[in-house]
Amino acid sequence: MGIFRSYGLRLQRKRWRIRAIRKRRELKRVANRTGQIRSDDLLLFCTQRNEGVRLPYFLEYYRKMGVGHFFFVDNDSDDGSLDYLADQPDVSVWSTKASYKRARFGVDWLNGLQMKFAHGHWVLTVDPDEFLVFPFCDTRPLRALTDWLDASSIKSFSAMLLDMYPKGRLDEQPYRAGQNPIDIACWFDSGNYTISRNPSFGNLWIQGGPRSRVFFPEEPAKAPALNKVPLVKWDKRYAYVSSTHMLLPRGLNQVYDEWGGEKASGVLLHAKFLDTFGDKAKEELERSQHYAGSVEYKAYAERIKDDPQLWCKWSERYINWRQLEILGLMSKGNWA
Amino acid sequence: MNVGIVMLVHTALGRAEQVARHWSAAGCPVVIHVDKVVDRKTYDNFVNALSDLAHITFSKRYRCEWGTWGIVQATQAASEQMLAQNAQVRHVYLASGSCLPLRPVQELLDYLAERPQTDFIESATTSEVPWTVGGLDEERFTLRFPVSWKRNRYLFDLLVNTQRSLGLRRKMPNGIVAHMGSQWWCLSRRTLSAILQDPERSTYDRFFRQVWIPDESYFQTLARHYSSNIESRSLTLSKFDFQGKPHIFYDDHLQLLRRSDCFVARKIWPYADRLYEAFLTDAAGAMKKTEPNPGKIDRIFSKAVERRTRGRSGLYMQSRFPNEDWENGVTAAPYSMFQGFAELFENFEPWLTAATGARVHGHLFATDKVYYADGQTAINGALSDSAVLRDYNGRGFLTNLIWNTRGERQCFQFGPADNQDICWRVAKDPNAQISVITGAWAVPLFRSNRDFADIRAIAANLQKKESEHMDILRSPYTKARVRIWTMAEFIEAPMEPLQGILDEIGRTKLSRLSEAPKMVDLAGFGQFLQNLKNQGMHPYLMGDFPVERGVAATPKAQRKPYLVQ
Repeated sequence: MGIFRSYGLRLQRKRWRIRAIRKRRELKRVANRTGQIRSDDLLLFCTQRNEGVRLPYFLEYYRKMGVGHFFFVDNDSDDGSLDYLADQPDVSVWSTKASYKRARFGVDWLNGLQMKFAHGHWVLTVDPDEFLVFPFCDTRPLRALTDWLDASSIKSFSAMLLDMYPKGRLDEQPYRAGQNPIDIACWFDSGNYTISRNPSFGNLWIQGGPRSRVFFPEEPAKAPALNKVPLVKWDKRYAYVSSTHMLLPRGLNQVYDEWGGEKASGVLLHAKFLDTFGDKAKEELERSQHYAGSVEYKAYAERIKDDPQLWCKWSERYINWRQLEILGLMSKGNWA
Repeated sequence: MNVGIVMLVHTALGRAEQVARHWSAAGCPVVIHVDKVVDRKTYDNFVNALSDLAHITFSKRYRCEWGTWGIVQATQAASEQMLAQNAQVRHVYLASGSCLPLRPVQELLDYLAERPQTDFIESATTSEVPWTVGGLDEERFTLRFPVSWKRNRYLFDLLVNTQRSLGLRRKMPNGIVAHMGSQWWCLSRRTLSAILQDPERSTYDRFFRQVWIPDESYFQTLARHYSSNIESRSLTLSKFDFQGKPHIFYDDHLQLLRRSDCFVARKIWPYADRLYEAFLTDAAGAMKKTEPNPGKIDRIFSKAVERRTRGRSGLYMQSRFPNEDWENGVTAAPYSMFQGFAELFENFEPWLTAATGARVHGHLFATDKVYYADGQTAINGALSDSAVLRDYNGRGFLTNLIWNTRGERQCFQFGPADNQDICWRVAKDPNAQISVITGAWAVPLFRSNRDFADIRAIAANLQKKESEHMDILRSPYTKARVRIWTMAEFIEAPMEPLQGILDEIGRTKLSRLSEAPKMVDLAGFGQFLQNLKNQGMHPYLMGDFPVERGVAATPKAQRKPYLVQ
């Protein structure tokens, strides 16, 4: 890593931060309860649009895990979810009608809020359909993990995106508000992920899973990235670069061991493929507000028409984190 | 009461209070040292909260930064106070605020009463124990460490390197021998007072003030000097990970801690409510009155360290992505790659399955698709049969396949017509068992019904590829178990090499090979090769085939003439 490249990355980080400050002006404050935040609270940041049906379970899941305060950016919802969020006692909400795409898929908005409110806190950045699973999450709260990370001087924690899907047609079982989506979408691909290193940011680039297998069998390079670093001990100088796939400074992307050992890591269960998916894909196609010209949603729409089935004979049924750790999708590292 | 507790406290004062009350309730006098970083108000509240107990006193406060002299100073001051205030105390137990007594205090008191002159302090000479983390062992004593490692790492390293390059060394005062061990000890009054009241103490203090992590060596070294009866182990169960920081206990360790039979454990997570509740309210006799036995706990923590430093062989994932040649096992399990066998034998795959019970795939790296065993379209882990997906990351495909099918031996066919990207990866993998019959790719061509000009072009291409592959397999970097026969050599005596391969795969169903796979009919193969030669394309990988030799697959044994005498 030469001095010029490292300076280049520094400039890039500053650019994203300035952009975040600029984009923060697009946000309109709806409910600000940040005064309640205590100095050691765990914070959660999320952007959402018309995810009303998912929110009750989402909030419940992370409250139980020990998240102290939620930050939402609402992107022009019209299903009442904004009002719902504004009524929650531990949620601060901002809303915007500006372009999701031009805020780099929400990253700028969240970077802006994190810069202002998250300095010195452990921060979890997830979407409403992502559910964090970490080692011992059935017996230990999230704070046990962050305390241990603090004691080990670790600043970022990786959790790969694991696409979950139901058996049978996606629209067979309707999802109701408050229900655990993993009860419906409880299947996943256990061992078809490919990994390569991204030399400029030092992160791993993981692809594969059902989306690669079913939607992109002919163009695997276009399949979405699954590597994520959603849990970070935030500092106001940090910035997410592209979704939560990578950050700057690049040291935060070093969530993997290169000499044979395993670092501790978790999994984000991705409950995207529910009965709501068809409508969502259609809507997102019309808005064209997603990554790379919504190529992902185009491929989905294409495939979903003929055979909306992601399940196959070798799909694995989700049981718990220990199963994921045995399969090698996550690791306890040296946490015991 | 004959045991006094010295407690060093810096965070989670609420938990420290609970534990101090627990010691005190059993009649032990307690002296608490609170780190100077704790602000005045919090400290006063803490002192007030414990003011109802006369047995609990507080010692002069020092700043206890990790790795510095302050911790020893604090321990000295609190111990002196303990010995001065409680004449009846025979043992002093050093504990921290995050220590938790696992067995009823009375059992500890009885245990120590039976061993009145024993000092429990882990203490080993630096030269003989590879405990230390970070490369400083003997140099902890011979160099000077005036700055904090935690706050000023750059200056710390600079000073160490400067002293090294200048060759600066200090000598141990009065010829004492440096010892190290766990910070948490239990010393008898005799030994402890000898250390604290030594006329030479100021000399030792001056020396240790600039030793690195003196809390792990000051008492450990001096106890060796004075004690007549050292048990070199700590009564406090405390495990350290590979970076030298203590492992933390949580609610889910409850049963494990119960079974350990240790007196005190550290470090307990302050929010581990169930642990505090369980152990501070245990009735006498909840655990067996046996010697402490931390073996079970040792195992899970040493496994954790192993996982962090060595990891699971053959696993590539989000938090384990080893650099090439640092994999500590390229793949997860042994597997076999066969080249030329399926071409030479008509029923090789079913035969091998029957003979070994292994899963025998076709050409996994064929250019059109992945040929899994039994014509499956996907395999364990939902690994697809698409050649595009496979070739997107061929090495990843192989390591995934072997990882996903752990516990079942995998065999697959390979050949010069397949994608050659993985050749190096397999060659460098000690788990690979590679068997090659060179030149056997010519057999399907020989049996095909194509134009000879096409055959000639294909043969030239395949021969070139296979020859390159053989160069890889014969290179000094190859770590796989490689066997190479020319085709001519192989068909002379096929049984012996086959037996050898099966023996190495192991788990063979047959002790001796009774049934050989059926070789294809090679009548006319010699002439076919000669035709290629006549066209200017010299096939050499199959060895020497005489033109005339109409190699019969299995030459019929001539019956002996029946002689009538």
